[in-house]
Amino acid sequence: MSRQSVAKAHQKIQELSWEPAYHTPVSHYGTDYTFRKAKKKDPLKQVLRSYFPMQEEKDHRVYGAEDGAIRGNMFRQVQERWLEWQKLFLSIIPLPEISAARAMPLLFRTVPNPELHNGQAIQMIDEVRHSTIQQNLKRLYMQNYIDPAGFNSSLRNFQNDYCGTIGRQFAEGFITGDAITAASVYLTIVAETAFTNTLFVAMPAEAAANGDYLLPTVFHSVQSDESRHISNGYATLLMALSDESNHQLLERDLRYAWWNNHAVVDAAIGTFIEYGTKDRRKDRESYAEMWRRWIYDDYYRSYLVPLEKYGLVIPHDLIEEAWNRIWNKGYVHEVAQFFATGWLANYWRIDPMTDKDFEWFEYKYPGWYDKYGKWWENYNRLATPNGHHPIVAEDVDYVYPHRCWTCMVPCLIREDMVTDKVEGQWRTYCSETCRWTDADAFQPIYQGRNTPNMGKLVGAREWETLYHGWNWADVVSDMGFVRDDGKTMVAQPHLDLDPKKMWTLDHLRRMPEVQSPNVLLNRMTDEQRAAFQADYNRQGPAGRPAPRA
Amino acid sequence: MTATEERSVPKPVFTDAEAGAKVFPDSDARRFNYYNSAKRKQSHYEDVTVEVQPDPRHYLSQGWLYAFADGKGGYPLEWTALKAWGSDRPEPERGPGSGGKGYDWPAHGWHEFRDPNEEWELTLYRYNANVVRQLNQNVDAARQAKAFEQWNPNWVDFVAKHVGAWMHVDHGLGLYLFANANRRAPTNMHNNAISVNSMHRIRAAQDLALYNFTLTEEIEGFDGTAHLETWNSDPAWQGVRETAEQLTGIWDWCEAIFAANVVFEPLVGELFRSNLVQQAAPANGDFVTPTLVGAGEFDYSERDLRYTKAMFDLLVNDRQYAEHNKGILQGWLEDWVPRCIAAARTLQPLWSQPDAKPTRFEDGLDRAKSRFVGILSDLGLKAPKELGQ
Repeated sequence: MSRQSVAKAHQKIQELSWEPAYHTPVSHYGTDYTFRKAKKKDPLKQVLRSYFPMQEEKDHRVYGAEDGAIRGNMFRQVQERWLEWQKLFLSIIPLPEISAARAMPLLFRTVPNPELHNGQAIQMIDEVRHSTIQQNLKRLYMQNYIDPAGFNSSLRNFQNDYCGTIGRQFAEGFITGDAITAASVYLTIVAETAFTNTLFVAMPAEAAANGDYLLPTVFHSVQSDESRHISNGYATLLMALSDESNHQLLERDLRYAWWNNHAVVDAAIGTFIEYGTKDRRKDRESYAEMWRRWIYDDYYRSYLVPLEKYGLVIPHDLIEEAWNRIWNKGYVHEVAQFFATGWLANYWRIDPMTDKDFEWFEYKYPGWYDKYGKWWENYNRLATPNGHHPIVAEDVDYVYPHRCWTCMVPCLIREDMVTDKVEGQWRTYCSETCRWTDADAFQPIYQGRNTPNMGKLVGAREWETLYHGWNWADVVSDMGFVRDDGKTMVAQPHLDLDPKKMWTLDHLRRMPEVQSPNVLLNRMTDEQRAAFQADYNRQGPAGRPAPRA
Repeated sequence: MTATEERSVPKPVFTDAEAGAKVFPDSDARRFNYYNSAKRKQSHYEDVTVEVQPDPRHYLSQGWLYAFADGKGGYPLEWTALKAWGSDRPEPERGPGSGGKGYDWPAHGWHEFRDPNEEWELTLYRYNANVVRQLNQNVDAARQAKAFEQWNPNWVDFVAKHVGAWMHVDHGLGLYLFANANRRAPTNMHNNAISVNSMHRIRAAQDLALYNFTLTEEIEGFDGTAHLETWNSDPAWQGVRETAEQLTGIWDWCEAIFAANVVFEPLVGELFRSNLVQQAAPANGDFVTPTLVGAGEFDYSERDLRYTKAMFDLLVNDRQYAEHNKGILQGWLEDWVPRCIAAARTLQPLWSQPDAKPTRFEDGLDRAKSRFVGILSDLGLKAPKELGQ
């Protein structure tokens, strides 16, 4: 169809909706936002007659590339360092996708604009597409990559692993609570408009540099749908802005959504890109440089800032602080180090950093070696079992961190960690904004205003607490992260597949028990807790103990 | 001579990271090991759908992390009155030292459902793209053959008004019943199948709208807006409209799917599509409309009804709750059959409008009822007495 006829066709299908005369459609979800029934245009202008063949054509390209990769034996030249991190990424990502599909109906009764509902329904099926095309990619890796362990158990692992949970809270943020907060602000206005850029654009470039051209093929096919989803969010945002009473909620939600997306997506994707790559060309962009381009310039400066003219308060401070965390506070490096510290609780293998990696990090992030170099040397030294424990139980100047109750990434930037007693429990937070999210934003009253539809943070949010007092070998068995000989672990702190070099449950059995930092915190007296926090805030960088006073 | 600057590109490295290059524990464990397949072998469809939506009763050790204001997170089983075995098992309580305890897979019977159409990304786009391509070709061929000129004048009016009116049913149910229900069910297999059902209906609605658009251009005097007036105020359609609106007002997601696909579609949808439009069109000189309406009919009878029967078949044969479920389904039949029969009967004046008449309304309705009773019988349910109305 020509562009003109698509426009005409789209105009025609607007006749399909009607105002109910006899019964009102069911309303399962609530919002504290109010919308005038202002007529707004669906910016997608998608007609299924052209949509289905377009998507089918995209599929042909993806599946053609997949066939080609297998016939051409792409796996003979993929970097294991990279593919191992895909065990985590590809176990996380199908859930956010499918959750986005499930999120769309939250908007039907809360955004009174039938023209937009059409775009939302098409987004729904796009997301089903994304979820299953990504599962399919993982299946293909499982079948063709040298080490299927971790891919083959991914959806079990994802649901009980301490990293998977971080990704899961990202997905659950789309489907519960205030419908607009969840499905519009968090999902379409922040996650899709800002952070899919690093997820689906920056990361594929890195995959290709590591010999994996299937991930780019699949994820660029996914990203080409995101632009339409961004339009859904923008149209809803403009409708919300037209009612002054929404501005307070929009400001709240942008702060929450921005910060949570930053905390979670930058932790994960930053680590995959910086620590999963073998490509150490100096002119390759670092994650910080990619972030600056894709998120700061493209999203913040050209999407968010212009919204100020509509009276929207933009969280400039949090955007600057996210950058500050990435650039000055070493956020990505702290996260990567934490994942590697806890390698034994994972289900993928983490390659040690080499001198070549050190050189690149120092070039891109001056001062990196002083902060992190020694620790990675220790990681390398302790990589194969030789009478010592895994690094987490060895003295390498690293204090195991507390978990952030809100974003569930640990409180790695030690000076920013705060505590609060919420619902009778002492909790730790990686930052003041995460404390605010739990204690203020996700509450039925916000700044004196009733917000009865706002959701809640629930669940056993600290993985370590579930295993408090357990032997590490039992922890790993309980999670199922063991290979088919019944003792060799899926996770390894190196890439050597020689069974003699691989860690087994027997090695873990000798370790001290797991201790939940949160359980210990709640056993402290007020004085002990104050002293503990003061000490914690003086720790770091790179998890170092506080200097002696 | 100009010096060419060497481009910065990553160099290919041979890593020998292909399957089978080494032997070590798990080196040939190349199947997803977290679920049991419905048949002997795991299917591709299962591999890409099973377990994507988590469940706090088995692997989901930290429970749901976000909740609605009432404290319910994720996919509560009580969002329908129907139950599958294990539904009443409590979620494992987690606390310090509890570990990741849960139940063995599948934890409860909802996870046993498999979409017999095995719908996932590849299948749904392939199927729907084929349908729209075929329809485009049919309409183009008809246009070139000047086929619309052969329509009886009354039939032109009939298509504008009444075939046009049906697009509103497809659209309304597609969006506000099926797309809505895609949020509600506890497994990814349910929700994917329901999403696909939703897109069938929305596509069918758009197919009819665009057909109407073409006819407005092709047939002099074809009133492209007549369907709006018909849907809004023609008494013959108000029963269908009222029932469609009632359907979108159902809270329970299983009831919504059941009322739409088991009751409304055979008694009203197929009655209108198969026993009226398809029967009447050829004798009125129209061989094009049946291809569009037939596509919608195929969506329903060969795809959407197929998954619906598999879904309810598990529930009426559930090892723990079969009787409970049958009782509820019978109650839903008592509610929905009279409404749908009344809607069907309100449509009766349509049968006399074309010049060349289809088979009698009562004969068509009998056929629809008989088809409906067959579906119920497959599910072990009894037709309620109201069917005789």
